[in-house]
Amino acid sequence: MMQIIEWLLLIFLIVCAVAVSVSKNLLNSVIIFMSYSLVMAVIWVLLQAPDLAITEAAVGAGVTSVLFFLALRRVGQLGHKREEKTEA
Amino acid sequence: MNEEIKAIWRSFYDWVVGNGPRPENEVIPDEPPPDLPFTRKPKDKFSRFHEATLKERYNQWMEIHGLHMFSALYSGISVLTCIVIVSLLLATVAELPPFGDERNPANNEVIRRYVERGGKETGAQNIVAGLILDYRAFDTFGESAVLFTAAVSVLMLLGASRRNNADDEQAMKGNDSGKNFMQRGPPSVRLHTFRRDDAILRGVASLSMPVIMMMGCVVVINGHLSPGGGFSGGAILSTALILCANAYGFERVHSFFNERTFITTSSTALMIYALSKGYSFFTGANDIHSVIPKGTIGNILSGGLILPLNICVGLIVAGTLYGFYALFSEGEI
Repeated sequence: MMQIIEWLLLIFLIVCAVAVSVSKNLLNSVIIFMSYSLVMAVIWVLLQAPDLAITEAAVGAGVTSVLFFLALRRVGQLGHKREEKTEA
Repeated sequence: MNEEIKAIWRSFYDWVVGNGPRPENEVIPDEPPPDLPFTRKPKDKFSRFHEATLKERYNQWMEIHGLHMFSALYSGISVLTCIVIVSLLLATVAELPPFGDERNPANNEVIRRYVERGGKETGAQNIVAGLILDYRAFDTFGESAVLFTAAVSVLMLLGASRRNNADDEQAMKGNDSGKNFMQRGPPSVRLHTFRRDDAILRGVASLSMPVIMMMGCVVVINGHLSPGGGFSGGAILSTALILCANAYGFERVHSFFNERTFITTSSTALMIYALSKGYSFFTGANDIHSVIPKGTIGNILSGGLILPLNICVGLIVAGTLYGFYALFSEGEI
């Protein structure tokens, strides 16, 4: 049973990794990257590395994605554009 | 009169150009000599009968087909490079020893020593924490220093541009520059606006932020007992800070965490780290018995220096990651 879940997670990981590079929309890419990190954290737990799992969940799925969103917003690639985005 | 002025002008012209004196009876033709038949005219590029040289033909061909050729070549080379690198990496992975095998080269006497005597020697129940903060503390110190240096560089870079902008604005305003000198100008690009009607975000934040904060503190303080440690706990704390800044605005975070706090905390934490580890390096290298008690394994006050070191690393990481976010989104911490 555990083996099947592990295989499913690994296949999902590969699909995510390919989808990140294939996706046209940058916002989608970042969200897929987030889910990649989340699945990776679960896999770390299954590999009995809880330290890495905590770090992966906090840094990979949390802080890195937030910084990516911020960068996308800076370069104006974040879907809906806001009106206060004017140079002072 | 006219002729005289012309002669003077001509001699002046000759003097400037550097020619010798002209003959007195020089006749200057009014119009250029007419085209003689059967002479070779200079080549006109746009003439109908112009025969393109080989180089010009090559240039024309490149203008029409060059980009296409280049992109085809580029994609071909990139696909080739990808295939080569992927096959190399896969071949390397195929050559790796099997996962979890006990005869792997990683299972040597070092890991046996860590597993068997790590708890007794470091006083930490979590062997990983004992490893990275006691046996390999020098590496962790370097990592913390790198992170802190990166944060300070970003702070200097973005902070300097912000101050220059403020100075320019004040210089344009002119007379009131002395009055507003201490007051910082508004950030040039304000990306996040605090919207008061965001009830969902604020409600979720008010429920989840204390839990995340507490989780971060637990991970940091229990670093020597349970999985986790300074880095992961600090990252969790920084996500709590980012959530607070998003839900309640940066002013709320400013009330307890600003640039001065960040610099002070990080420098102090690094100094404490360096001094304590310097002490243990010194005693370890010179066979002096360290006065720091190890404690009993499993207690919260055990593991010698690991608990304060974890707290130091956690503070640095939390401040740095939140600092990155605040700098990139707001322009200041």
